[in-house]
Amino acid sequence: MKARLLLLLGAAAATAAAQAPAPERRSGYDFMARETRAMQDDDATNPGMLWVLDGEALWRAGAGASGKSCADCHGDAAKSMRGVAARFPGFDLSARKLVDLDQRINLCRAQKQKAPAFPPESRELLALSAYLGRQSRGLPIDIAVPEPAKPLLEAGRAAFRRRQGQLNLACAQCHDALAGEKLGGSPIPQAHPTGYPIYRLEWQGMGSLQRRLRNCMIGVRAEPYAYGAPEYVELEYYLMWRARGMKLETPAVRP
Amino acid sequence: MITRRDLLILACGAAAGGAGRAHATPAAMEEAIRKVTGGAAAPKGRVRLDVPPLIENGNSVVLSVAVDSPMTAADHVKAIHVFAPQNPLPNMVSVYLGPRAGRARFTTRVRVADSQTLVALAQLSDGSFWSDSVAVVVTLAACAEEVK
Amino acid sequence: MARTIVNVPATARRGDIVTIKALVGHVMETGFRHGETGALIPRDIIRSFVCSYNGEEVFRAEFHPAVAANPLIEFSTIATQSGKLEFRWSGDNGFSAEASAAIAVE
Repeated sequence: MKARLLLLLGAAAATAAAQAPAPERRSGYDFMARETRAMQDDDATNPGMLWVLDGEALWRAGAGASGKSCADCHGDAAKSMRGVAARFPGFDLSARKLVDLDQRINLCRAQKQKAPAFPPESRELLALSAYLGRQSRGLPIDIAVPEPAKPLLEAGRAAFRRRQGQLNLACAQCHDALAGEKLGGSPIPQAHPTGYPIYRLEWQGMGSLQRRLRNCMIGVRAEPYAYGAPEYVELEYYLMWRARGMKLETPAVRP
Repeated sequence: MITRRDLLILACGAAAGGAGRAHATPAAMEEAIRKVTGGAAAPKGRVRLDVPPLIENGNSVVLSVAVDSPMTAADHVKAIHVFAPQNPLPNMVSVYLGPRAGRARFTTRVRVADSQTLVALAQLSDGSFWSDSVAVVVTLAACAEEVK
Repeated sequence: MARTIVNVPATARRGDIVTIKALVGHVMETGFRHGETGALIPRDIIRSFVCSYNGEEVFRAEFHPAVAANPLIEFSTIATQSGKLEFRWSGDNGFSAEASAAIAVE
């Protein structure tokens, strides 16, 4: 069975390579059905907006021993947070560490609000990251790679190309070589993380990019990393860098 | 022999939980419709069921029903019901409206468990019933994550 | 209370047919799914949605487990007079959510 699968993938890869060596970058949005695109486009029907509004309420709510809200320091998110989500993950020069948006939110909670971290994939963390992402909707992804972060970007790139799991597949084998082809009935997108956190119809809810990456790892039967693992953050960093210049769509809807 | 489904399960490591999924029986479907019509005929016509023929994820499918009606006090649609014979339960959604709606149309998002023919049925103020049906194909989700 | 998003035009002319969209946060657990231990996850759905216009019911929907998570319902009503549209969802385990929107009719 496995031999046949690889044969199929191999044949498709050969066709794809012959057709388009360097395809134009396209958001997963372009691969969706008209109805799913419409669901994303209309704020009155986009279910991700339920999380965005929860995030807005959290932004204004005091938290932790400090009793401070996000708004107490950052003011109006529409101004102070404009473009911010489009710059994550980013290299924190003082901590000498790569930090994604969820980690940044929890750093603020720990250091400024004196509040416990939100657990990964919790309603609150997804709501706040969706709210922050929404403040950058339509803005280009803008990932900085300062000198000390270069090895981390390369680690992410290597992870994208590394074969893994019992199926021995690399991300790049599907999302570079076979993008635009189909796996079963579903189009294979180019894996640009332009709209996270996303409302995924398959999940019937909101989820982070790390959840999606875990999904793919389980798919190729690899052991997923724990949420927040540096391996994920490096891969997020590479993927966002690879999508630099593309417009953020948060809260995106995906099948 | 390998089936397309096996291949997908293999490719994505999805749990094969769909195999034992419950479906409504034809009798349950008939009964659900009879409960609405009382056994009266519901010919095809006046109703338009709008749903994409090819569904990319059965968890959330945009579905609209519109009925050709002047929506006046004397002549209007009282109720619209939608049925899915291959879902675990045949009833999907029912709406109740009247002349104050202005037009007989609604949209919602539904779960479609499998490829099947969906049925929309409208009850008019004169006591007549009208219907429409649409065959839909649910494509297999390539990368299912959780056990269903 | 559950998060709701309702969309009603703020103004309309008398006699206009206005489109209303109502979205509510809810898992709509079907009662047919099994959890990781194999046990059936009990049903937890919204059963009913009602829209009233200045106190009078103008539209009602009955949901079954086939209605998708975070239910959306889109329908119409004739703008008759200025006032308030009220929305109420109710369901299993005592679930209840409300929202309202003002409409000015000229």
